[in-house]
Amino acid sequence: MLYKLIVFLPLAGFLVAGLFGRQIGDRASQVVTSGLLVVSALLSVIAFFDVALGGNSYRILVADWIYSGDLAIDWALKIDTLTAVMLVVVTGVSSIVHIYSIGYMSHDPHNPRFFAYLSLFTFAMLMLVTADNLVQMFFGWEGVGLASYLLIGFWYKKPSANAAAIKAFLVNRIGDFGFSLGIFAAFVLFNTVSLDAIFAGVAGAEGATFTFLSWELNAITTISILLFIGAMGKSAQLGLHTWLPDAMEGPTPVSALIHAATMVTAGVFLVVRMSPLFEYSETALTLVTVVGAATAFFAATVGLVQNDIKRVIAYSTCSQLGYMFFAAGVGAYGAAMFHLFTHAFFKALLFLGAGSVIHAMSDEQDMRNMGGLRTMIPATYILMIIGTIALTGFPFTAGYYSKDMIIEAAYASHSPGSQFAFLMGVSAALMTSFYSWRLIFMTFHGAPRSSEEVISHVHESPKVMILPLVVLALGALFAGLIFNGYFIGDGRLAFWGDAIFTMGADVIEEAHHAPLIVKFLPAIMMVTGFLIAVWFYIWRTDLPAALARTWKGLYQFLLNKWYFDELYDWLFVRPAFRIGHFLWKQGDGKTIDGLGPDGVAAAVMAAAKKIRLVQSGYVYHYAFAMLIGVALAVTYFMIGGF
Amino acid sequence: MVDWPILSVMLLVPVIGALIMLMVRGDDDLAKRNIRYVALWSTLVTFVLSLVLWANFDPSTPDFQFVEKYPWLGDAISFHLGVDGISILFIVLTAFLMPICVLASWETIQTRVKEYMIAFLVLETLMIGVFVALDLFTFYIFFEGGLIPMFLIIGVWGGVRRIYASFKFFLYTLLGSVFMLVAVLYMFFEAGTTDIPVLMAYGFAPEIQTWLWLGFFASFAVKMPMWPVHTWLPDAHVEAPTAGSVILAGVLLKMGGYGFLRFSLPMFPDASHDFTWLVFALSLVAVVYTSLVALAQEDMKKLIAYSSVAHMGFVTIGIFALNTQGIEGAIFQMLSHGIVSGALFLCVGVVYDRLHTREIGRYGGLVNNMPKYAVVFLIFSLASVGLPGTSGFVGEFLALVGAYKANTWVAFIAATGVILGAAYMLYLYRRVVFGELVKEDLIRLPDLNLREVAIFVPLVIVVLWMGVYPAAFLDVIHVSVENLLNQYGAALAATAEGMAR
Repeated sequence: MLYKLIVFLPLAGFLVAGLFGRQIGDRASQVVTSGLLVVSALLSVIAFFDVALGGNSYRILVADWIYSGDLAIDWALKIDTLTAVMLVVVTGVSSIVHIYSIGYMSHDPHNPRFFAYLSLFTFAMLMLVTADNLVQMFFGWEGVGLASYLLIGFWYKKPSANAAAIKAFLVNRIGDFGFSLGIFAAFVLFNTVSLDAIFAGVAGAEGATFTFLSWELNAITTISILLFIGAMGKSAQLGLHTWLPDAMEGPTPVSALIHAATMVTAGVFLVVRMSPLFEYSETALTLVTVVGAATAFFAATVGLVQNDIKRVIAYSTCSQLGYMFFAAGVGAYGAAMFHLFTHAFFKALLFLGAGSVIHAMSDEQDMRNMGGLRTMIPATYILMIIGTIALTGFPFTAGYYSKDMIIEAAYASHSPGSQFAFLMGVSAALMTSFYSWRLIFMTFHGAPRSSEEVISHVHESPKVMILPLVVLALGALFAGLIFNGYFIGDGRLAFWGDAIFTMGADVIEEAHHAPLIVKFLPAIMMVTGFLIAVWFYIWRTDLPAALARTWKGLYQFLLNKWYFDELYDWLFVRPAFRIGHFLWKQGDGKTIDGLGPDGVAAAVMAAAKKIRLVQSGYVYHYAFAMLIGVALAVTYFMIGGF
Repeated sequence: MVDWPILSVMLLVPVIGALIMLMVRGDDDLAKRNIRYVALWSTLVTFVLSLVLWANFDPSTPDFQFVEKYPWLGDAISFHLGVDGISILFIVLTAFLMPICVLASWETIQTRVKEYMIAFLVLETLMIGVFVALDLFTFYIFFEGGLIPMFLIIGVWGGVRRIYASFKFFLYTLLGSVFMLVAVLYMFFEAGTTDIPVLMAYGFAPEIQTWLWLGFFASFAVKMPMWPVHTWLPDAHVEAPTAGSVILAGVLLKMGGYGFLRFSLPMFPDASHDFTWLVFALSLVAVVYTSLVALAQEDMKKLIAYSSVAHMGFVTIGIFALNTQGIEGAIFQMLSHGIVSGALFLCVGVVYDRLHTREIGRYGGLVNNMPKYAVVFLIFSLASVGLPGTSGFVGEFLALVGAYKANTWVAFIAATGVILGAAYMLYLYRRVVFGELVKEDLIRLPDLNLREVAIFVPLVIVVLWMGVYPAAFLDVIHVSVENLLNQYGAALAATAEGMAR
């Protein structure tokens, strides 16, 4: 009952605000949805104590869903430590974002719709993390995609928002294409889609092969890679990342909830959830490591030069997700989940803080038009600083425990790709520190660069927005300190129980014994990045522009996000429309209709014209024609022998 | 079980409604009003009857139920009716969509109301007849008879190019039917009967099966429609009145799929097995080709028509996957598509009634003044895209699972259609519904009225119900599909044994 309530209370909130929002009004919609989510969050905390700390696990059947032949799919909740962690993250951040939005969206005329969407998203996300089988997970997976689509396009009058919404949905669909093929393949191999049954069957299927397309492939590797393609789409990994920065078109609370703390981490959750499967495929894990590491590096480089405050944080998210993936890839699942957990706090904090800045600046997002806000909105400034030090891994803050552990794990691991990941992770840490402080300095320090009018309107956000930020800030400061013992410390085996499966060496154990230089490396990177940022944006503010001039090519390359969008547009989007048009006009029109009905009709018309000539009106012409006809008929029957 | 001839009564009720209309004199508003109510009540009674049928249906047996048999033409041809798990839900679907069609035509059809409603009621009888007929000859009459009222509905109440469209529709389907007729005649002479249960057990020689299969295939492929004989569909949809499109997409297209399941698979199992490659190839081309074509459309109805061809591609793939998931998925997909595409055509009808254009570019920003419409349109677009939780997902998913089991390449290529499907539907939705409301005439458009809400609410409920709890529908299908596959397997095994000897 407890677990059903956690999952279905947000659904109730969605239905109330969605169906009756217009009748009950803005305030009631806000109160109902936020209230239900707070209840859900409190229950999740109880669940966390029961499951994660108490060591219980459950399977709760809700209803049967799709039964067809040997395929049996239920609506059921699987509750273990992994789920409990996600429940706390999802309902916690979601209720905070709900409350924050009461202030942030106060001037928007569509409040009920906004809160309905937020609750719908939360419900879908909870279905995803509690899924007992792959298909239900896919339900949640597509459900969060839908909510993301609706929320990115929330301001439907903006063409850019609509375009971003469709892009997000379609790029995710490409990932889902892999995911669904992975489900089919898993069903064929294991004859079930239930997670527990699959995990029970993995060991027996080790080394099994099946025919996929035209090749005989290792079954477990194929399934893992297909599922990972889904994860890449949802978690915006290199290649399928292009939708995430554009998704910033949505309202900022949405970016915090969906595009930082929860939905985008679903891919990481999927890989960790499927660890009993991935562990049996070194190839798949290597791919996860390499893609994650490459993304961590790539996104950080782009983040260096972006000027939109939200886009910087978006690329930072993309990069941090890369960390989580390569942590999972090298076998440090606990570290991946720990970073997911702490990242939810400080990244949501950064986004909501950025929202507070944007709110204060009359919807300005370009950091080149900011500056000097430190004294005008001091509370936001301090909160953003807390988010930044947690992200960059300042000692004893959240990121210090989780991110450093990932880098150490990559160093300690002997799996293929781990050294590449270590290298990428360390250099990305340097860049993370730089772009984070660059954001702070450009926004809050120096002289104000915006117009007098905007400056005169700058104001600190109301309490309803600041208080949620304080809660997140406490998490960003202390979550690492409190929980590292459970997630990655001595208590980790008891904490995770059966939820995480690892073969081979315990990477986290080895990481704890990494050499001192490795342990200090992230801190060195953090300080270096900070100092460069200070040098560039406080002491020598003319330097960045000069550098951009000197290294024009590189600067443009980074500013344009490695030209991925242009490439895809040229490679896929425009050809699809062009081919569609061609097939329509030439294929359907000229060829099929031309040779088919229209062609036949034209031929008949032409024949009719000729036959008309025969209709001369002379009786003997007709008589002659009849004679020929009779003769032909007689001949036919004689030869035919009837 | 019911102890009265419910199937005959279902066939008769619409005809009786039509006869009552014939007695209505005059062309004034009162007469039109009466005719509309007669049509609504006849279709509602038929719908209730279909629910009685469903409620009394025994899903635990693959045998035909509610069987009626009356002597008709000599000893060989009888008026033989009955339903099983494969046909029953199509009857319910037909009876469900008809009252909606009547309501959708309530205000839009103002000329020749009597003739219009009579055509629809006769069409209903013929469509139900197709799904209940257990005699090949009776089936053929219902199957081809349906052409005539549809031809008239497009040709008389259709759009500007209605004559071209109706003839194209008629010629295509008739051409297909000629081949089927030849096959039917051959079967009659060979087996001495047209009784479907007898023919199912007859066991035609494999080399004969090939030709008979092709004969039936010609007709069903046009009806589905499969690539490349699909080009009649976009034209027919574009020109047909809204309710005509609903029936066309909702029921008539399903007859091809039903035909494969009722005739091709059980009667010509060897040929079905041998021609799987052909069906797969044509279906895959359909899925990818028509999805791309849909992307380029500028006419709302054409876009949805092309999407229908793509969705029917999933159906044929599912059927010829020849396993449980594939066939159940195909049936489910047909039911789902019947509702979803019907509803999408109704969505187009709503704005067409207001602005009299189907050109996508003429719209934009409708969400601003038509929020209810935006919600309804969104739900059906998502169902068409196959979002889990809607009916569209279950059918598509099962059909693809079946396809994957049969051939991974087929599932792989077909699954790309899922991506393209999202592309053209969301692109359509964005251009029509989202954006700034700038065009003068759009600003004045009113949101859904009560009648329109009454049309859409049941459709929305069914789409979500089928998506969340499909068991209610699948449970009816299971046993009959299992039986069909067992028979198919046994027939193939028998042939293989014969070859070995």
